[in-house]
Amino acid sequence: MSTATEFIISALIVLGALFVLLGSVGLARLPDFFMRLHGPTKATTLGVGATLLASAIFFSVQDSEGISLHELAPLFFLFITAPVTAYLLAKAALHRRSSGRNSGQPAPKSKQLPGQH
Amino acid sequence: MRAILPFPRLSLMVFLLWAVITNAASLGQLVLGALLAIVIPLLSRDFWPAPPPLVRPWRALRFMGVFALDIVTANWRVARQIIGPLHRLSPAFVEVPLDLRDPFIATLLGSVVSLTPGTVSIHVDQQRWVLLVHALDVPDPQALIDEIKERYEQALKEIFAC
Repeated sequence: MSTATEFIISALIVLGALFVLLGSVGLARLPDFFMRLHGPTKATTLGVGATLLASAIFFSVQDSEGISLHELAPLFFLFITAPVTAYLLAKAALHRRSSGRNSGQPAPKSKQLPGQH
Repeated sequence: MRAILPFPRLSLMVFLLWAVITNAASLGQLVLGALLAIVIPLLSRDFWPAPPPLVRPWRALRFMGVFALDIVTANWRVARQIIGPLHRLSPAFVEVPLDLRDPFIATLLGSVVSLTPGTVSIHVDQQRWVLLVHALDVPDPQALIDEIKERYEQALKEIFAC
């Protein structure tokens, strides 16, 4: 493995880790539930994407068995499941709020509520 | 043919996925993959909605490229927003009126919106055909609506002819 490839792989891993970290920072810092939903979508897309790309390059270069495509599978599954998770969480939050069981939570910062135009 | 392969696209997907997971190492794995590609769609056929036909596959490939680039640029933007001062953000619920009338494609559009950082789709209203989106920072809701409609909805409508 050449030095250049090693640099590319390292850069991708650091980039991926950085975006997963940023997703967590968002989860901790953002003030209300719906804003916090945005953290994990970042982590799953570019964070996991960059890490898996690094893995694909590493195993493609290391083995003499040709290119490694394993990594496409988790990416595919994540892209299918991540929106469903966000959707279910958002739905649950909307129901909780409309049934008035949201006391004790920070007041929602988002301006327009659904159904109010 | 219809009786064995009710959903050819799903079968192809399962077969390719199996080949990818096992790195298509041996003929045995390919045969097993082909078997799964026949059995899984047959067992799950009653669960599937009828998706509209994919009429422009090349347009679909281009759409995936645009989508991948959007994910990268939106990630940088949202990264800056998360580290930066939070009081400058103006989060909001935005209702995007849809032109498409297909539940499957509407769900696909919702997923695309959710995967792009900065926006999460929350509800697909199939009575009024409105997509409810929550966005992290919307100085101008109309601009966001136009962007979603032009970049994604229009493309999906062309790809699936619905």
